[in-house]
Amino acid sequence: MIHAVTSSPPLAALVCAAALMAVGLMLPDWVLFTASLALAKGLVVLGLVLLLRMGAVSFGQGMYYCLGAYICGLVGNATGVQDALFLVILSGLGCCALGAVLGVFLSAYRGVFFAMFNLALSMILYGALLKATSVGGSDGIGIAPPSYFGLSPSDEYRSILFYAFVVVIAAGVGLATRIYMRSELGLAALAVRDNEIRLEYLGLSVRRVIVFNYAIAAGLAGLGGGLVALVSGHIIPEFAYWTTSGEFVFMTVLSGPSSIVAAFGATALFETVRLVAGQYLPNAWQLMLGAFLLLSILFLPNGIGALAAGRRRTRAPDAKEDAR
Amino acid sequence: MDVFLTILVDGTIYGAWLFLIAIGLTLVFGVMKILNVAHGALYAIGAYAAATLVGGNVIEEVAGFWALPLMLLGSILVAVILGPFLEKFVLRLFYGRDEVVLLLVTFGVSLILEDVIRMIWGVFSQYVAAPYSLFGNVEMGPLYYVGYDFFVVALAVLVGVATSLFLSRTIMGKIVLAVIHDAEISRAMGVNVSRVYLYTFTFGVFLAAVAGAFTSPMLAVTPSIGVNAIILSFAVVVIGGMGSIGGAAVGAALVGLSRATAINFWPEAELFVIYAVMAAVLLFRPQGLFGEPAQRRI
Repeated sequence: MIHAVTSSPPLAALVCAAALMAVGLMLPDWVLFTASLALAKGLVVLGLVLLLRMGAVSFGQGMYYCLGAYICGLVGNATGVQDALFLVILSGLGCCALGAVLGVFLSAYRGVFFAMFNLALSMILYGALLKATSVGGSDGIGIAPPSYFGLSPSDEYRSILFYAFVVVIAAGVGLATRIYMRSELGLAALAVRDNEIRLEYLGLSVRRVIVFNYAIAAGLAGLGGGLVALVSGHIIPEFAYWTTSGEFVFMTVLSGPSSIVAAFGATALFETVRLVAGQYLPNAWQLMLGAFLLLSILFLPNGIGALAAGRRRTRAPDAKEDAR
Repeated sequence: MDVFLTILVDGTIYGAWLFLIAIGLTLVFGVMKILNVAHGALYAIGAYAAATLVGGNVIEEVAGFWALPLMLLGSILVAVILGPFLEKFVLRLFYGRDEVVLLLVTFGVSLILEDVIRMIWGVFSQYVAAPYSLFGNVEMGPLYYVGYDFFVVALAVLVGVATSLFLSRTIMGKIVLAVIHDAEISRAMGVNVSRVYLYTFTFGVFLAAVAGAFTSPMLAVTPSIGVNAIILSFAVVVIGGMGSIGGAAVGAALVGLSRATAINFWPEAELFVIYAVMAAVLLFRPQGLFGEPAQRRI
């Protein structure tokens, strides 16, 4: 039974979504809020996992996250359209398009330069938004609660309905990402990390692989940003600030490159640590977070995803082996 | 004409401030290949050390020229206490990992240090007012500038020249250059590379603390100055080429002047301009103005 679930991705996605929904029905509203936030941010982390598979880390993913949130908020406020699905798809596509354009330039960079160039771009957006009074400046803008296919839930069902919406999107995107990771282009990403020249000998364009993955990562960050905008109802330029991006990278390293579930798990773990530390140690939550970061890099160099993968390796060949 | 003089002077002063912060960052990266995010927090600790010793916030305020050696003493204390501790008990555990992972490690250290700052010094602004009037005012055409600002420019030049001379003229400096060039070969030639790392990192902490201590009279010392400083000096170091001291000087001047220009003509674009310059440099010279091109991964 368990083997049947783990070997069939659609079934696994369905089981995960059903389990999350069942748990959600028992949770109070404020936990649902945090859980929705964690799932939405998990999508951003999933995008960064795609980059990590190529050995690339972006310290500016906050740019797409912020842009997605602003697309969602500004379009919603300007047109009066409150449909959640429409707005978040728009956020995702908008960021994916920008990512495809910027990816062409960024694909020439590696390592720290790639990370820093992304950081520069996100800080440009941050600086611009901070001074742009027409979109709220440093105060940001408020967003009306979303509707779902024409239905506007009353206040008491708002949290659970949004949670269900995020769960469905996260499960769908997670499944699609998993299928993509095992496709030819998805596996080529692993080869970019290992040996670029060998990949080009095989007739694949390294640049194309990087641009494609980067655009998808940007789209996922935009989607996550749009969802966060809808759940929190308020967006601020700090979404593009480098510490936001740093937190995403932190969650990504915690997750490791090997698993979809780990990406969401790492995000949930991070948000939980932040919540608990903020609750019980309001003056030292950054300290706890920093210590948590150092310990997880020290003891889990390949992320929590590697814990599960290590056990599985004895049974199935690793994806990395397939790519060679 | 006056506008250009203003831009030139403002830009130089701001650039000097940036260079003081960035030189330690670029040196540590050059030798250890660590882009130290915690450099900003160490800068803030240097400023707080000055606020404690001379600002009159904790003990009696120190007026007159004695304030300057006391600030230097504060910086040395910060470096001697924190430098070896961080290098030996934190960074050393992570050597050999990817550059980006080390960047994340120092991000974690910076988060921790920021809370430590809040625990020790509280969240309210502290001021180091007295030294700011040490050098009187300077009249330039129709404008008056505070003399201390030019002292900071002179200090930046002094620190830059002294560090360059140390690297190029002393045996210890040559050893550091050898480690920058190739740590493995240096080790094979009998260089104690881990000691070079220890000294370099401690010296980097010292430079951060010096920058914090001597620029603290120019601003209100709050826990957040570190974050602002590090993100700007990142831009400086990337523009100049990571690991290059001359590059950091040019980068600081470029950022200082473009920011001063923006403030005079288009104040909304203050932050925007700095990162636009950084993005433009990366676009045409990815390794920075004075950096060496990286080899392709094979």
